[in-house]
Amino acid sequence: MLKRLFRCLCVASVVALPLAQTPALAEEKSDFKVCWSIYVGWMPWGYLQDSGIMKKWADKYGINVEIVQINDYVESINQYTAGAYDGCSMTNMDALSIPAGGGVETTALIVGDYSNGNDGIVLKDKSALADIKGQNVNLVELSVSHYLLARALDSVGLSEKDVTVVNTSDADMVAAYATADVTSVVTWNPLLSEIAAQPNANPVFDSSGIPGEIIDIMMVNTETLKDNPAFGKALVGAWYEVLELMASGTAEGKKALEEMAAASGTDLAGYEAQLGTTRMFYTPADAVAFTKSADLPKTMKFVAEFLFDKGILGEGAPSPEFVGVAFPDGSTYGDTNNVKLRFDTSYMQMAAEGAM
Amino acid sequence: MRIINRNPSRLTNFYLGLLPFAVTAAAYMIASHYRRLDNPSDKLLPSIGDMGASFYRMAFVPDRRSGDLLLWIDTADSLWRLGFGMALATLFALSIGLMIGFIPHARSALAPYIATFSLIPPVTVLPILFIIFGLGEAAKIALIVIGTAPVMTRATAQAVMDIPRELIIKAETLGASVLQMLFRVVLPQTLPRLITSLRLALAPAWIFLISAEAIASTTGLGYRIFLVRRYLAMDIILPYVVWITLLAFIIDRLLRWLSRRAFPWDHLEGDSL
Repeated sequence: MLKRLFRCLCVASVVALPLAQTPALAEEKSDFKVCWSIYVGWMPWGYLQDSGIMKKWADKYGINVEIVQINDYVESINQYTAGAYDGCSMTNMDALSIPAGGGVETTALIVGDYSNGNDGIVLKDKSALADIKGQNVNLVELSVSHYLLARALDSVGLSEKDVTVVNTSDADMVAAYATADVTSVVTWNPLLSEIAAQPNANPVFDSSGIPGEIIDIMMVNTETLKDNPAFGKALVGAWYEVLELMASGTAEGKKALEEMAAASGTDLAGYEAQLGTTRMFYTPADAVAFTKSADLPKTMKFVAEFLFDKGILGEGAPSPEFVGVAFPDGSTYGDTNNVKLRFDTSYMQMAAEGAM
Repeated sequence: MRIINRNPSRLTNFYLGLLPFAVTAAAYMIASHYRRLDNPSDKLLPSIGDMGASFYRMAFVPDRRSGDLLLWIDTADSLWRLGFGMALATLFALSIGLMIGFIPHARSALAPYIATFSLIPPVTVLPILFIIFGLGEAAKIALIVIGTAPVMTRATAQAVMDIPRELIIKAETLGASVLQMLFRVVLPQTLPRLITSLRLALAPAWIFLISAEAIASTTGLGYRIFLVRRYLAMDIILPYVVWITLLAFIIDRLLRWLSRRAFPWDHLEGDSL
């Protein structure tokens, strides 16, 4: 009987091995993987991989970096949190709730852009935000759309109790809007422009009303970055080479934009329209200035309070300050003994100084 | 003695049945232990205790925002959708299946259509369902019915056609009317097979229920799983998966029990799984 039990345990541990792989082994290594998903501000990641610019920079530092596109945004963050990737593109809010809330210490390596109209609220037949009172609101619950709604309601003296939130898959949002039941939606581009283009649709609020609060960032594992500065340098160096190219206005830059447009399923005009509602930080100096501004800690406080209010900062989180956030000037928000999200401008600063 | 002739004793039978479950649980606990050594708040493989605490909170602690006991609301809403959908699918399968199986003209008219229809993957026509049924309860129930009824109908029709022709002829010779044959010969022979097809259809029905709740919803077991997936709360997802499995198992066993009680003559030829 004992022998049998022992044998079972052996089998069990073999079965369990692949699951038990711990995230981000703290050690020097030479192969890195980062993931991203389709979004206007993240299309350069795909271009980096395809154009060979990533390889060029990785070779310069003697490492390998593989950039993988994942079709499902949340799944890409979950994969990163589980330890399958060393970095992943995500928003400031999702970084706080998923990896940081899940105890995976994460560093904001490249602050790429903020949504400046890319997320919005659309009402059917009504034209003022206050008309949303009493309606069913279709959105992806607990996403940045939900956050945008909370901030928008706040701005007209309403709260979430005044509406009924209906969790709706982003894949079905456009079809959902076509049904009679749906009278208001909160969503992001390109879905937003698709819905807003319909004759009875009135955009009543968008993220340009809360500029700089929905931030798109390349997040990397803090431990991995600390042990492998070359990884951070290669990513940052390659990223700003492509962004410079995008902003250059040259024929080569246009070709890069066209490739990104095609990869996101639109044409150059469509992609440029999306870039118009995205505040891209084309130069590292811009990104550093934004990350160092006094507004960022305020934004993270809003976000942490929103997440806590929704009960998603982790079970047992006694207050919004349960997960600490560190800022470039050394100040922190929340628990200084549990800092799990760090905004670090040192790599972007190096790029700004041309020290790559 | 050869292995095919060695039967386990009652006790061995019980423990052998338990063994794969125990191995799975042990594998989980070992993996979870090692992940949590590295990161105590690991979300991917939470400890059994954490999952128990989360499950308790979902079941017995009123939600901070709405004051509801979320597990029971989710369970009641999901079971209602599933039950209503399966009741409609069963009614449809029985009525159309009897016609197809028993009346040649109805068979000519309907059999190819139902057979074709049953091959359409229902999630591919979701936008059409939304436009017809809206985004509310009707669309969720419709997805379950469309996903299960055609296959159940085909199984029922086949059950009718499997009735030995002699029985029908005998009834006809004895002067039975069509309705008499339908209710006294065909229906009783078909019902146990209908229950079997219902039991088999429950697996896809759960899948359609969960997908429908994932698309647009405010309550339900599938809704909760897809909602908390947004922050990788496996401590809620895993107990919910176990709970769904348990519910499905109980429903399946109840239907088997019903079939044995109501149609003992259909269970004479040995035991079934």
